[in-house]
Parts: sequence; structure tokens; C-alpha cells
Amino acid sequence: MTAVLELDAVTKVYGEQPPVAALRGVSFSVQRGELVAVVGPSGSGKSTLLHVMGTLERPSSGVVRIDGVDAAQLDDRALSQVRARQIGFVFQQFFLAEHATVRENVADGLLYAGAPAAERYERADEALERVGLSHRTTFKPTKLSGGERQRVAIARALVGRPAIVLADEPTGNLDMTTGASIMELIRELNVAGATIMMITHDGGLAGQLPRQIRIVDGQVVSDAKATA
Amino acid sequence: MSVIAGRLSPRDGLRVASVGLRVRPLRAALSALGIAIGTAAIVAILGLSASSQAGLLAEIDRLGTNMLTVEAGQSLTGQETQLPLDAPGRITLLGDVQVLAHTGLMKNEKVYRNSMIPAAESGGMQVRASSLNLLAVLSTGIARGAWLNAGTVHEPVAVLGAVAAERLGIDRVYPDQRIWLGGRWFNVAGILQPSPLAADIDTSALVGYPAAQKYLGYVSIARGEQRAGPPSTIYVRVATGHEAAVQALLAPTANPEAPDQVNVSQPSDVLTARAAAAGAFDSLFLGLGIVALIVGAVGVANIMIISVLERRSENGLRRALGATKQQIRTQFLTESILLAVLGGIVGVVVGVIATAIYAGTKHWVIVIPVEAWSGGIASAIVIGAFAGLMPAIRASRLPPTVALRTV
Ligand SMILES: Nc1ncnc2c1ncn2[C@@H]1O[C@H](COP(=O)(O)OP(=O)(O)O)[C@@H](O)[C@H]1O
Ligand SMILES: [Mg+2]
Repeated sequence: MTAVLELDAVTKVYGEQPPVAALRGVSFSVQRGELVAVVGPSGSGKSTLLHVMGTLERPSSGVVRIDGVDAAQLDDRALSQVRARQIGFVFQQFFLAEHATVRENVADGLLYAGAPAAERYERADEALERVGLSHRTTFKPTKLSGGERQRVAIARALVGRPAIVLADEPTGNLDMTTGASIMELIRELNVAGATIMMITHDGGLAGQLPRQIRIVDGQVVSDAKATA
Repeated sequence: MSVIAGRLSPRDGLRVASVGLRVRPLRAALSALGIAIGTAAIVAILGLSASSQAGLLAEIDRLGTNMLTVEAGQSLTGQETQLPLDAPGRITLLGDVQVLAHTGLMKNEKVYRNSMIPAAESGGMQVRASSLNLLAVLSTGIARGAWLNAGTVHEPVAVLGAVAAERLGIDRVYPDQRIWLGGRWFNVAGILQPSPLAADIDTSALVGYPAAQKYLGYVSIARGEQRAGPPSTIYVRVATGHEAAVQALLAPTANPEAPDQVNVSQPSDVLTARAAAAGAFDSLFLGLGIVALIVGAVGVANIMIISVLERRSENGLRRALGATKQQIRTQFLTESILLAVLGGIVGVVVGVIATAIYAGTKHWVIVIPVEAWSGGIASAIVIGAFAGLMPAIRASRLPPTVALRTV
């Protein structure tokens, strides 16, 4: 079985004077159906890692494989299609379009995958049902609570049924209870089949997940699977 | 893994490109204002010159180009000459001459509003005797009152040309309306409409030939017989297409003894030249319109640069959702073109309305040349593309991660 995501000796260096090494030789792989926490202190390189895994940024060296394909071999068009079809993103600040309805926001998750509008809206409604927001489809995001907004963002990441969902501090802007319900949702979605990588600086949250990759100063210091 | 490039449908493309316009309509409107003003100015200028030209051509059409004018000219020694009394009769016999009318200018007679006006102030007006069919030949009408008739040609009754009436301060005709003409009172029967083919008529007070003879002593002796006249101008309508042939015959026919003392002209030539001049639009205003367009382009470029900066996170998100750099470029380029075209459409509409209103007051046909509105829209597209190019390239080059990074 090929890994959904595979990193091999990935480094990322920013700037010239002085160069900042945000990632220093990161290697691991994620199998289909996994739920992985990437945990580390602020500034340790977690977001950089997420961007490199999500092909939004090319590594300075090393190899990133999505579904067995070396991302370095793909041009902007092909990489964009990988993001459109294989990867779903969830961000701490949600990044929802305020002028569009919840349904439109979620449907836009399929916009660049080439799906016709009718199909996009149909699948948006399905995704919204999965995150428990069927009753909010025609709302504008400004009318929603923080937790609801993050659910919309999660539905948008899921709507294309990507090979992997990459979430960067998805509970970072939420209070404890709301954050807990988002964690609950993430675990449910994983049980239902989604492969999810969640970044957090919160060791407690990470501890709830079946696998934790611990990162410090751009290096993996431990990669532990919970022994169930 | 098969990679089929996801392409946006035109509808999705427009929806994505119009986000900025829909979210900030006021800003969009203001940024497109310059283009709207420029386009409106250009369309109005082209529309107005085309409409005024069409108005003149319609006027020429109405008046006909088949009228020739025969006038007494000067002798070799520079003296004023007269047309022979029987010149109209001879011209009537020419083939291809359909109808003619004539007037006789009485150089020594003056016309005043009343008898108290000093003789020197005659205001450039003329007194003419006129044949009864003058209006029909000139295609002119009566503005007020009535034209001369078989009765009033014998009476001290005058009809005023449009300009003459104005100079005399007469704008209405009532039964006892009188003017001081040739040292006696004449009743005013009517006021004429302007005669574009015979500007002299406009400044004249017209009386019948018999009245001219009786009250003003305008007589000539022909074969021992006193007759009113002579005519000084003969207006000849010719079968269309034979103007040149008849024109060549008119001088020798009018005055066989001295054809070189006769001036023959085609008055519609002047109008045709004026119509051609009207078609040449005012380049100063056109230049101002183009300046407004350039200012408009700067406005759109400015707004697009701001928009790109403001929407960095939206861009980053779109990249994360799978938009290519090309698609980001296209999005902002389309937005810029949309903005400019909206301005262009508003400008065309305003320009057309302005033309319609002005042409309406002048009773012209409304003519908007195809090049005016299509050129307006086309230049808006070019301006939009030009103004949006730099911002669009910038947007596509922005690394998505900078905008997406958490603190
Ligand atoms: N675009 C960039 N240019 C320079 N340095 C950067 C850039 N992005 C991130 N860094 C640096 O890389 C390191 C890792 O940052 P980041 O991946 O955001 O960490 P985390 O998400 O774990 O807080 C930090 O020292 C940060 O300052
Ligand atoms: Mg981070």
C-alpha cells in the first residue's frame, strides 16, 4: 500500500541573510485513514510543514509525495489540481467569503476541481450535513458562531473527498467547549474514512489523537502511535 | 494519477471576477467613473457631429440640390448691372427647367419699424419685389400670417423674411401691423421661415411686383411699355441630374448680349460643404474625452492594486482550493475589464442620452455612429486589460502561504 503522504528529508530555508531553517530534514509518511497530530511549540515549523505538505510551498530540499507522486515533478497547473482534488485545507482563521452563503462557501471547495455547479451544490449540502450544519446552508458566515464557521471550513475541505485533510490549529480561535466539539467532529470524520493531519501547539489536544508527530526547531523529535 | 485541469465555466469565471464589484459596489462605481466620463464625452461628441451632419443632410434633402440661382453681376468696369426684363421668360423656355421664381432688389428703398427711425439705421435689410411662387420654388414656408396673394400684390402689403422680422422687432402678425417702407406705410401680412437656399430672402421685406411699381416706382421700359422690374435674382428649379447642363446655359439665356455679367450658382453647394464640416468633430473635446479615459485607466489600475493587496488571504485561499496562478491572473484581469466595461457602458448610455437630448432640441435625427459606441466599449476593454495587467500579475505571484500564515 502506498502512503497518502510521504516526506523524505524535507528541509525549508527562508531568506538569505541570515537564512532561517524552518524545517531541517523531516521524514515521515501517512497512510490512508490515519488521524495524525503534528504538535510542537510556536515557531517550531508546523505551519511551514503544512504548507510544504499541501504543495503551497516547495521544499528547499527533500521529497514530498502525494499518493506516491513526487510533487517536485509537477508544474503549477498540475500542483493546483493536486490541491483541488487530493488535499483539503482547514485554517485557524477559517477564511470564509463573507459575501457568499454557507452553501456557496462550501461549494467553492470544488470550484477549481472542474465540477459543474449543480454537482458542487449537491455535494456541498452533503458535506454540510456531515458537519451538522444542514440548517445553516443559506446563512452568511457573519451570522454564524466561531465553531459553526470552522465547521463550514471543514465541510469545504471535505467536499471534494480529498485524500488528506490538512488542518492548521483548527481550534486555535475557538473557546474550550467549541474546540472540543470540533475535535469530536474531526475524530468522527476520521472514523467515517477521512485521512486527517491536524497541527496544534496543544499537547493535550494532540494526546487525544491516535498518532502524534512531535516537532521542535524544524525537526521531528518523536513519532508515536497510541497503542490501542 | 490523472490530472485533468479544472477550468472555470464562463459563468463561474464571471462570478469569481465580480466578487470585488459585488462586495464594494460604491468603490467600483467611483473607480469606473473616469472611464464613464471619458466614454460619454467621446460618444456624445461623435454622436452630435454625426447627428448635426444628418440634420443638415436631411435639410438639404428637403430643400433639394436642383436649384440654381441667376443673379445680376458686375460689368468689366466694375459697375453693377441688371438682368434683362425678359430673362425669366427666356429661361422658362429652356429644356429641363421645371419652374422658376424671381425677386427684384430695390437698392434705394429702406424699411423701418416706424417713420421716426433715422434713415441711416436701416439694419442691413433689403426691399424686394417678389414673384408669387417664390416660396414654392425655395421650399420655404410661412412662419406667421400669410404670403402675398393675387390681391395683395397690388396693395401696400409686405411679407418679412425671418431675419428682417427679428431686426424689426416683429414676432407676431396682427391686422394693423405696419412698417415704414420706402417712405410710406405698408401692412405686414406674414413672416417667413428661414430660407437656407436664399439667405438674401431672410433679410428682406417682400412686396408684390405691381405694388413695387405702383408705390415704389420700380419700373423698367421694355419695348415702349412700362413694366415692374427688372428682376435681380432668378431661382430656377431644374430636372434632377441636369443641373450642370442647365447651369452652362443659364448665363447666355438670361442675358444673351452680356452673359459674363450674370452670376450663376448652386446654393446647395454651400449647405453640402457645411454638412461636411459638421461631420468633422470637435477635436478639442475629443481630446478631453481621451484625457478623461486615461485618468479613468489610472483610477482602475489604482483600485486594482489596492484590491489585490486587500484580498491576499482570499487569493491564498483560492490557491489552496486549487486555483492556478493563471486563474488568479485571469480573475483580476477580468475584474479590471469588467470594471472598465461597466464604466464604458454607462458612458455610452450617458453619451447617447446627451446626444438624443441635444439632437431633439435641434430637430435632428439621432445618429450614433457604430464606431462611437463600439469604439467606446472596445477602448474600455483595452483600458481594463491594460490597467489590470500589472495588479493581476502581482496577485498571481504573491506566495499564497504569506497570506495564510497564522500570526
Ligand atoms: N516567509 C518566511 N520568511 C522567513 N521566515 C519565515 C517565513 N515563514 C516562517 N518563517 C520562520 O520559520 C519558522 C517556523 O515558522 P512556522 O512554520 O510558522 O512555525 P509554527 O507554525 O510552528 O509556529 C519561524 O521561525 C518563522 O519565523
Ligand atoms: Mg503556525
